[in-house]
Amino acid sequence: MEKLIEQFSFGLFFWQLLLFIAVLLLLRKFAWKPILDAVEDRESGIKDALAAAENAKKEMQNVTADSERLLQEARVEREAMIKEAREMKEKIVADAKDLAQAEADKMIKQAQLAIESEKKAAVADIKNEVATLSLEIAEKVIKDQFSDKAKQMKLVEEMIGDIKLN
Amino acid sequence: MHGFFETDILSDMQKPFYVKVLLVVTLLLGINAFAQEKDHSSSEEKGSLKNEIKEFIGHHLLDSHDFTLFTIDEEKNEHVGFPLPVILWDNGLKVFSSSKFHHGESVAEVDGNHYALYHGKIVKTDAEGTINYDEDHHATNAKPLDFSITKNVVFIFLVAALMFFLFSRMAKSYKTNALPKGIGRLLEPIILYIRDDIAIPNIGKKHYKKYMSYLLTVFFFIWIINLLGLTPLGVNVTNNIAVTFALAILTYLITTFTANKNYWKHIFWMPDVPVFMKIVLAPIELLGTFIKPFSLMIRLYANITAGHVVLMSILGMMFIFKNWIGSPLSFGLAFALSLLELLVAALQAYIFTMLSALYFGSAVEEHHDH
Repeated sequence: MEKLIEQFSFGLFFWQLLLFIAVLLLLRKFAWKPILDAVEDRESGIKDALAAAENAKKEMQNVTADSERLLQEARVEREAMIKEAREMKEKIVADAKDLAQAEADKMIKQAQLAIESEKKAAVADIKNEVATLSLEIAEKVIKDQFSDKAKQMKLVEEMIGDIKLN
Repeated sequence: MHGFFETDILSDMQKPFYVKVLLVVTLLLGINAFAQEKDHSSSEEKGSLKNEIKEFIGHHLLDSHDFTLFTIDEEKNEHVGFPLPVILWDNGLKVFSSSKFHHGESVAEVDGNHYALYHGKIVKTDAEGTINYDEDHHATNAKPLDFSITKNVVFIFLVAALMFFLFSRMAKSYKTNALPKGIGRLLEPIILYIRDDIAIPNIGKKHYKKYMSYLLTVFFFIWIINLLGLTPLGVNVTNNIAVTFALAILTYLITTFTANKNYWKHIFWMPDVPVFMKIVLAPIELLGTFIKPFSLMIRLYANITAGHVVLMSILGMMFIFKNWIGSPLSFGLAFALSLLELLVAALQAYIFTMLSALYFGSAVEEHHDH
């Protein structure tokens, strides 16, 4: 320790202090401040850029999610529409079928009725014709029969015979 | 309280290195003793060689008033190098060239006063250069205030200039380009390391900015000057207690003058302890504020000095052994130790910066409930 104190050089201490403080002040002004500022600027620039990129990414994700959601919604809507359309179609077809059936039934009935009345008329016609025809035949026959006396007598006899039988 | 113990813990962290140095030194002594025992015939010659090596190491550790790269012939006083200006304050400013001392061989006469070099220090003498001693063999000659531009001052200046050149250029390169260019690519990660791993964790995001200039300057200064000490220029700045004292006192002054109320309260009136303990702790804590920078000073000084002494001792062994196994061994050891010293150069700069940041951090720590 004593040796250390003896060795201590005040001149060296003085110069070291002076030169060190001088270089410290010079470097602070001309080196450390500009260097640290530049580095800090760069770092904050990088940080900002990274944050911006992160934001953009998030936004992108949001957009993607949105579009995905929209797509999903559209899909659901489309399916619903298709389903509705199908149902409507089926209903329309069924309705039409029912209507057609009813119409057809109605027409058939009408036709049957018409046929029935036509038939009746025809039968009545035929009956009348037959009656007229048979009357004419009977007139002719009777006329023919009554033209001959013998024949007339014979007929009467036959009829009386028939009556007897009864 | 915490601050005081942290110093202890950190000096404990240092221990492995000291242990290594001690190991190497004991190993060395053992080998030397062994060599001595074996070789009685030429022990006298070896003894003088050993003394020469010892003297050389001692000389290397000291500052000098001239810049000597190496000595050609000690007897003829032939050296390669150049003299440096000597500036003395002795009833007026005296400036003269150190060549007047002729490497300590002669007395310099300036304005009727006579000065001589005694163990690297300038003392006032008579015309013959007589050194007077007291009983403890200390020179009693008057010592004028010596502001000489010594070899170490030259290197401090060179490092300061180099740093200014490097970093101001680096700062300029940022004006045109957001990314560092050239040497800045190497320096920027170190600057960022000091900011992100030393300053911010220890001082806190709120206050670290005002300390950054000091931390960066002190780190690069110590690192570069330690590295220069490992070059063959033979310069050794941080093993001067005056240099480490100047650095430590700056840390102390900055800590003291930027400290907030909370810091002083923790020193003089420790919260959350009984009143009796408050009174006991106050002087301890106050002493702690001086011990902290003191440990900074001693740590840097001792590590660099130990490194240089051991390295040069191992190099000196080469001349003692003078055989085919000892010299390569000593060379290998010196090489390995040089690599270790490269690490130590950076490590000491790191530790000084780190601890300074820690002290600054305790000075601006905000009050929070324990």
